[in-house]
Amino acid sequence: MEEHIKKRFSEIVGAQHIKSSQAQLLAYSYDATANFQSTPDLVISPENLEEIIEIVKLCSKESIPIISRGSGTNLAAGTVPTQGGIVILFNRMNQIVELDKANLTITVQPGVITQVISNYVEQNGLFYPPDPSSMKISTIGGNVSENSGGLRGLKYGVTKDYVRALTVVLPNGSVLKTGGKLAKDVAGYDLTSLLVGSEGTLGIITEITLKLIPLPVHKKTGIAYFHSLEDAAETVSAIIADKIIPVTLEFMDRGTMDAVEDFMKIGLPKDAEAMLLMEQDGDVELVERDLQNMIDIAIEKGAKSTAIAASAEEADLLKTGRRAALSALARKRPTTILEDATVPRSEIANMVRAIQAIAKKYNVQISTFGHAGDGNLHPTCLTDVRDLEEMNRVEQALEEIFHVAISLGGTITGEHGVGEMKAPYLEWKIGESGIQLMRQIKQAVDPLNIMNPGKVFAKEKKMRLVIQHGE
Amino acid sequence: MVSELQQRMQDSFREHVNEEYIMDCMRCGFCLPACPTYLATNQDETHSPRGRIALMKAMREGDVVWDGSVEEAFDVCLGCRACEPACPAGVQYGALIEETRVAIQHVKPQSLKEKGIRNVAFNHLFADQKKMATTVKLVQFYQKSGLQKITRKIGFLELFPPFMKEMESVLPIIETNKNKNKNTASLPIPRKINVAFFTGCLMDTLFQETNRKTIALLERLGAQVFIPKEQQCCGALHGHSGELAKGVQNARINIDAFDSDEYDYIVNNAGGCGAFLSEYEKHLHSDKLYNEKASGFSKKTIDISSLLIKLGMSELLKKGIAESNSIVTYQDSCHLRNVNRVFLEPRLLLQDVPGFEYKELIDAESCCGSAGIYNLLQPEMAKRILDAKMKGVKDLQPAVIVTSNPGCLMQMQVGVQREGLEKEMKVLHIVDFLFDVVEKNKL
Repeated sequence: MEEHIKKRFSEIVGAQHIKSSQAQLLAYSYDATANFQSTPDLVISPENLEEIIEIVKLCSKESIPIISRGSGTNLAAGTVPTQGGIVILFNRMNQIVELDKANLTITVQPGVITQVISNYVEQNGLFYPPDPSSMKISTIGGNVSENSGGLRGLKYGVTKDYVRALTVVLPNGSVLKTGGKLAKDVAGYDLTSLLVGSEGTLGIITEITLKLIPLPVHKKTGIAYFHSLEDAAETVSAIIADKIIPVTLEFMDRGTMDAVEDFMKIGLPKDAEAMLLMEQDGDVELVERDLQNMIDIAIEKGAKSTAIAASAEEADLLKTGRRAALSALARKRPTTILEDATVPRSEIANMVRAIQAIAKKYNVQISTFGHAGDGNLHPTCLTDVRDLEEMNRVEQALEEIFHVAISLGGTITGEHGVGEMKAPYLEWKIGESGIQLMRQIKQAVDPLNIMNPGKVFAKEKKMRLVIQHGE
Repeated sequence: MVSELQQRMQDSFREHVNEEYIMDCMRCGFCLPACPTYLATNQDETHSPRGRIALMKAMREGDVVWDGSVEEAFDVCLGCRACEPACPAGVQYGALIEETRVAIQHVKPQSLKEKGIRNVAFNHLFADQKKMATTVKLVQFYQKSGLQKITRKIGFLELFPPFMKEMESVLPIIETNKNKNKNTASLPIPRKINVAFFTGCLMDTLFQETNRKTIALLERLGAQVFIPKEQQCCGALHGHSGELAKGVQNARINIDAFDSDEYDYIVNNAGGCGAFLSEYEKHLHSDKLYNEKASGFSKKTIDISSLLIKLGMSELLKKGIAESNSIVTYQDSCHLRNVNRVFLEPRLLLQDVPGFEYKELIDAESCCGSAGIYNLLQPEMAKRILDAKMKGVKDLQPAVIVTSNPGCLMQMQVGVQREGLEKEMKVLHIVDFLFDVVEKNKL
């Protein structure tokens, strides 16, 4: 990047809010996705909307790519500056603007850590349910841009179900305000929904208003251990079929349990093939009844043992263990590549079986955990990027997992986003007309392609696998 | 153009920094909220464990070349290792940063200031207990002779960087203790348990009183205390600063000094030392002569709080009767907490102290900025971290802040003094605090 342009940026935000040294640029060259890395030209921390407008105008004039970055916990290379350009940080835009108790909303800047919002509203007797596993680290801006899910998605939905209004700087430097503190609003196209999950490709979010709900009075957590993955998966289907909608219905297989136990030492048994973590919240009576019913169903489906968390602390330990599952799996091999394949919840057992067969077929190590209750699984390949032959098999295995998920009526990503990693597969899910429409939207909003270029849309698409039946 | 120095630095990183440890990091970012420098820099990834590991990798692979920014990123790390318990993937960050410092130390000409501090610290004071004792005698003379008063008055200390000046003012008053070198092994005390005491070079000199009280408490609880004479500095400060080979040499000396089946435990009262002692096993893993002995040594190593609990200190404290009025709080020693994973024991003891109510200090688990000689080498960052810590102290208003490590003790004292709170609260080593309680309550 030319010096006079760098100088312009430092005039906008102040030189002390620009990072440009070798070490600093390297520190913003990656996110949590394996095998993607590329340094930006500059890292900028604006303080407010006005500065962001000026930055965007300059980038637009000079055709400089802009990558908005929260805490860099993205799992699809969505925040890796693969085309160079500037990384925008929100570490100076991390304030809670307003808690509106009359309208049950909270307005925040994009740099607030998700956990901070959650704690703050709970102190006020309110509840912000989306809880991605990285919520202690991730920013709300990142969550909105990725439409993040979490452990409570089954009952409470995902981030998009809570975004009421957005302030966004568009690629031409104009400011768009969508929605409001409104439960109903059908004035034109739903631009809020378009922007949520747009992965920084349409604009820069500068303020977010979230819907809140009353904090449930009671919650209780149970666990069930199984002899087989199938028993656990069938328990999930039976619970849903029994018209119980728990807050959390999480699944971990043997390998994942081992890794979590290594890290947490919470006493997970070594002789179970799978476990389910079940939580219900709400009125005392409903919670007790639903949890007992879920335990009964698990036993009926052959659970080897079940238990109810004795205290809130014990329940938190179990949930913390589950949140750490992906990172804990990294203990086993040098590289972890995880997927986010999601199927209709009735297909969970089929999906789990297919993953096992695929791991065997390609001789790769796959551990699976995930949000079983909403059909969102995270099969994770444990491998080594330095072994090209193995990586080749891993890629084939992952492609086949995508294929199976789609043929079961599912999707290539449930909550992590497309980013650059899954861009080649997007067409498998949404078809040619889907890609075309998305491209037209992108072209209309960002004709210069400066907003997170290279993400969502692939340069080359992957040929859809042809699976021989009877294999 | 890569200079010759830069090329040698890359080679040194390849030689010393273990690639497999680097590969353990999957970059999830779970370490970020645990890292004091990441938080103190308003979330600068450059000053996070994930950022530093990425930088180690980039140095090895030639994606960056050695320059001031790379050097600073590694220098700013406290080495507190709070990222380790936070890491689900089990990354051995402590080993990585130690190896990084070895790699740098092999190639890089040090700055004059750093060279001075390192040279005095590592080649003389901490390598040789006698020299340490001499230096301490000088400090003692300096304090007793009235020279301290005079020096302060004439502003001689204005010549030093501000932080050094503050550190000088919190030097503990050194008692002359004729019994210091007495080997208590000869005292006829009924045997309950045999404890060998690792006195620590700072603890044995600047904090002699604390060591005396450590022995007294252990004996009060029926232990027989031995002080092997040949012991040397644990080697931690060397290890943390790229002088690992020197640290490991001290390890061998200490392992020999404590090599006796008679000892049930090897106790220490300094968190920083204790962590390194417990890692002798790791450092001497491939030393055929010492690996087994090192393993035995590390297994016997225990911190004073854990041992006091084992010996029944809680029961003793519970005999005291006094109403709760003053607040006592605890600042974790990073290495005691993050390496030895001891954080409950000191708190359990403090909860049982008569006359005090234990209250948790906000972010007690986060480093105070002392970190060995970090506060001398990185005074600005150390100050920023300490200022944040003192905000919590001011909110809590404790009568006593308890610590488990001499560095933390002095750093917290600097903080208290800086805030002008020295009349309202004391900073004490856990042993000194407990000893006074036992005395006062005639337990």
